[in-house]
Order: sequence, then structure tokens, then C-alpha cells
Amino acid sequence: MKKLMKGNEAIAEAAIQAGCKCYFGYPITPQNEVPEYMSWRLREMGGVFKQAESEVASVNMVYGAGAAGVRAMTSSSGLGIALMQEGITNLASTQVPAVFLNVMRGGPGLGTIQASQADYNQMTRGGGNGDYYLPTYAPSTLQEACDLIQKAFDTAFKYRTPVGVMVDATIGNMMESVDIKENVQPDPSIPDVNEWCIRGGRREDGSVHRIKGLFNVPEECEAFNEELAKKYDKIRENEVMVDIKDCEGADVVIVAYGTTARIAKQTMKLGKENGLKIGMVRPQTVWPFPYDELREACRDAKGVLCAEMAIDQLLQDVKLALEGTKPIATYHRLSGVMPSANDMYDACVKLAKEAK
Amino acid sequence: MGEMIYKRTDFLKARPTHYCPGCTHGLEHKLVGEVLEELGVIDRSIMVISVGCSAPAYDYANVDNIACLHGRAPATATGVKAALPDSIVYLHQGDGDLLSIGLDETISAAGRGENITVVFANNNIYGMTGGQMAATTLIGQKATTCPAGRDPHLDGYPMKACEMIATLTAPKLVARTALYDIPHIIQTKKILKKAFQNQIDKKGYSFVEILSTCPTNWHMSPQASMEHVKNEMEEVYPLGIFKDED
Ligand SMILES: Cc1ncc(C[n+]2csc(CCOP(=O)(O)OP(=O)(O)O)c2C)c(N)n1
Ligand code: SF4
Ligand SMILES: [Mg+2]
Repeated sequence: MKKLMKGNEAIAEAAIQAGCKCYFGYPITPQNEVPEYMSWRLREMGGVFKQAESEVASVNMVYGAGAAGVRAMTSSSGLGIALMQEGITNLASTQVPAVFLNVMRGGPGLGTIQASQADYNQMTRGGGNGDYYLPTYAPSTLQEACDLIQKAFDTAFKYRTPVGVMVDATIGNMMESVDIKENVQPDPSIPDVNEWCIRGGRREDGSVHRIKGLFNVPEECEAFNEELAKKYDKIRENEVMVDIKDCEGADVVIVAYGTTARIAKQTMKLGKENGLKIGMVRPQTVWPFPYDELREACRDAKGVLCAEMAIDQLLQDVKLALEGTKPIATYHRLSGVMPSANDMYDACVKLAKEAK
Repeated sequence: MGEMIYKRTDFLKARPTHYCPGCTHGLEHKLVGEVLEELGVIDRSIMVISVGCSAPAYDYANVDNIACLHGRAPATATGVKAALPDSIVYLHQGDGDLLSIGLDETISAAGRGENITVVFANNNIYGMTGGQMAATTLIGQKATTCPAGRDPHLDGYPMKACEMIATLTAPKLVARTALYDIPHIIQTKKILKKAFQNQIDKKGYSFVEILSTCPTNWHMSPQASMEHVKNEMEEVYPLGIFKDED
């Protein structure tokens, strides 16, 4: 049933409907409605809500609950996610599933509390140590945010990995009509958690489950890293999501995600009205990134415009995808100043002219 | 056939530990194991392992266990208990872990009254990283980051965990014990039993600090280390029950 809901609350409800049983979090704007909603709603649904003493604590609480095979999550904004990085790499190394929601605000440092996409590198490159990745969804509507946070739990448990969902403050705080899927059942391909999770005591055959990321022997740690790399290859192979619009025969292709992609849609409309063919590639997963899909979609384009609420972060992946085959221009606004469809259109016109 | 009057606790695997001779970490695991066995809760026990010399205890625990990041064991245990409220969790933490990097998690879990049992191995030093000064290092005690001895004007004063935690409302049991002779070992075991009984009865948070040894980084023999606990440590860290609420 469609309902008008506030972003952060809708995403929290979607998580609960996907079986989230434990939420731990520390207040930070612009995502405070997530812990606030969880504090009564999750408890009402028989789950556990705890307000953590810090994001460092939140991520380690998530670790404990995830290790028990339970669907657990936390949410924060860039500063808090920064504090969680040691915990996120620990989850990757201990193969404990969990979901992290980042409602992005402006940075660096304390920055602003308004919408931004400047945590792109933080989510896709991470700040934790070692060879790990954080599979991350980047929805652009509230409906998509609800659908993808539900999918994020499945991905986390399918691959036994932490998974990120990143939206900006606009999506977190706007009201939009959503149809949240209720009582979503886990993907049947997910392996039984009882094969690895801690429950207390030991199995009937006397075996014990250990959740650990520390190795006594270098060769064992090396072998584990190779296994982990294979897992990331599998995720790259199976989990890329991208929305491609009107790219065939396009003069210019815009690459954008999240709120910027919503604005790019307006720009495409301006193109239609003024006779400039504009297509769009909208990554729904930013890790793994749709490199091949992007290159293929831009085949006809004279040039590619990378639009983001950050300075040249998404651009790095666009460059990796295009491998120097197309001229690339950029358009950005920052720190809560919203991109404008008109300015983005002007950037497309300029690019099309110069790329001739 | 003789009668079995003593055996290795089923809580631990039958294998040697890496602990140095005279180190009390192993004895503490053993006492906890015996207590959990006597209380009949091995089948729902979880060892929550911290970072310090006891980090490799995942190789010894004969029950499900989880190795935590440095200082975060109380937060991780909070998550474990949120997911598994009937499990019995045993946190084993050193002084660097519990009182320095993890002080926030320690105090906050105690303040919330998490239904967990914390065993604090206070050896006045960072054992694992090679003998650096801890928040608990005694005045005048030498460590690799205070080679001339801890000078309170430069490095401040020893921090006292029990005294701090006992000021909080939620904790049910807060006690400091030692292991330097049989009566104290028996007393420690008694207090540990009460601490875990509290958890079984869902009464809430219990904290047992055990004055521990690190012969290797103290540069003392195992026997001299025990003497040091009795003669030097106990003076700064008096034994006793700081809080016991039924
Ligand atoms: C974030 C982080 N910082 C530093 C370390 C290095 N480190 C490992 S153990 C340790 C100190 C342990 O001392 P303590 O907790 O007293 O345990 P002990 O070895 O004395 O039993 C430190 C600083 C680490 N593992 N993680
Ligand atoms: S270094 Fe110290 S604390 Fe570590 S095992 Fe040896 S004696 Fe025990
Ligand atoms: Mg120590």
C-alpha cells in the first residue's frame, strides 16, 4: 500500500520489514529519524534497539549481533561512518553480515548538515585497513531506498559481508510516497546461518564456532585474503545494478546517482525540448561499479558529463570505465547547495559543442 | 579405578596455551571455566575475547567465541546479548583494552547495566605490545614508555576501575580480587561464581577485577610477580567488594 512517509523513517521501516532485529546507533543529523523511529517501532516488533555511546560502539554492537546470525544494522552520516571504519573492515575480515546506512551530509570534517555526495570515496574505497570492499547501494528515490535496503540485508547474508546503503540528506528528509514491501522473506539462496554463527556452547559434534579476524600464521592470513578476493569477484560478477536511460544515439551521457540523478532527469527533459539528445547512466551500486555497462552505454556519445555533489569522486570510476575513450566534463555543487538542472544542461551543451 | 577428583575444565580445549610462565591470564580462564561448568551453563556460554595477550584465547575456548577489536568487547558483548539474551557471555579484558582505548565502552555498558560478566585482568602494563605503560601502571614502575619509572607529573596517576564503576547505579557486583595464594584463588572463584550467577538470573552487570601478573614485562620471576601483587599492587588497588546488590 502506498503511503506518504519521511525518508529516514521509511528506510527504517523497510529494514524492519526485511527482518532487521537489532539496531544500534548514535545520533547525528541528518539521519536522527532513523534511531528515533527504531527506538519505538523495532521494540514494538520484538527487536532490540540500543542507543550506543558512539559510532565506534555502534559498529561493534552490530558486530556482536551479526555474529549471532541476526539481521542487524546501524545508520549514521559521514563523520560517524568515519569512526566506524575499523569496525567495518573487521566485519569484512570476520565475514559478519550487517547493513550500514549513510545519510550523507556535507564535509570535510563537520561540514554542513545538508545534502552531499562527498562520502563516495568513503563508501567505495573505505577508510579501513586491508584488502576489503564494502558493497554499496546508491538509491535515488525513496521507493528505491526502501527496496535496496531490503536487498542489502540479503546481499549481506548471501556473501557474509557488511553492506552499505548511501543516500544524501535530501532523500533522508523528504516526504515521498512509498510502497514498502512487508514481511519480506530472505532470499532462499542464502546459506543457513547456523553453519557459522555463534549461539553459545558448541554443536552436537563438539565443534565450536569462532568469529575472528586475527591470524597467528602469515600463510593462513594470505590464503584468507585470496578467498576474500574471490568473494569480491563473485559480487562484482553478480551484484552490479545500473539504470540506463536514452543512451542509444545520445549526444551526451550524464553519469549521476542519488539526488543528482533526479536532477539529471530534468536536464534530460530540457535536452528533449531543445533538441540535444541526453542519456543517463545511473549506478545503483557504486561498489561494485558498473564499469562495463557504463562504457557500453556511452558508445554513441560525443562526451560524458559526470555530475555529483562532490568534487571528482564519482569521476574516478567514470574515468576507469571509459579508459580515455570519451571526453569527460564535470558538473558539481557542494555541501547542501543543490545542483541545478539548467546549469547541468548548459554543461551538456558546452560539452557537446567542444567534443565535436 | 581411582575416583576422579579433579579434571581439566570442559570450557577449555585440551591444549597448551601461549601464556608465559607465571602469567595469570590462563588461570583466570580456568577459574571462569570451572565456574561455568559448576553452574551448568557451558552449553550456552560465549567467550568474548579482547585484544591483548589473551587475544589468541579463541584457540583455547571450547565454546563459541568472538574476537573483538581493541577496547570494544563491551560493545560487541552488548550486540551478542541483544541477539542472544539467554547466552552467558564472559568478557576477558586487559587494562589497556578496558581502561584506556575502551573506557567509553566499559563505562557505558556498565551504566546501561548490560547483563554481562566482565573479568578484568589488571596487570599494570601492556603485555602484548611489549611492556608499555598502562593507565594502571604504578607510580615509579618502569615500562618501555616510562623507562625511568612512572612520574605522576608527566604521566598522571593510576586509574582505578572498580572505584569508578562502583559509582554507577546499574552494576550489581563490583569486586577486586587476587590470585597470589590458595585462599585468594578460592575467593576469586567464589566471586566469579556470583558474577556469573547474576548473569544467569538476568540481574545485570557484574565486574570482577583480578590483580594479574606479567612476569615477562615486569622482568620478574613468577614467584616474585606474585609477591609484587601482594606487596605493591594491592596497596594501590585494594582488594574487596565495592558493590554487591542482591
Ligand atoms: C586500534 C588498536 N590500537 C592498538 C593496538 C595494539 N595493541 C594490541 S594489544 C595492546 C595493549 C594490550 O594491553 P592490555 O589490554 O593491558 O592487555 P595485556 O596484553 O596486558 O593482557 C595494544 C595497544 C590494536 N590492536 N588496535
Ligand atoms: S607478556 Fe605478560 S601478559 Fe602477556 S602472556 Fe606473557 S606474562 Fe602474560
Ligand atoms: Mg595489561
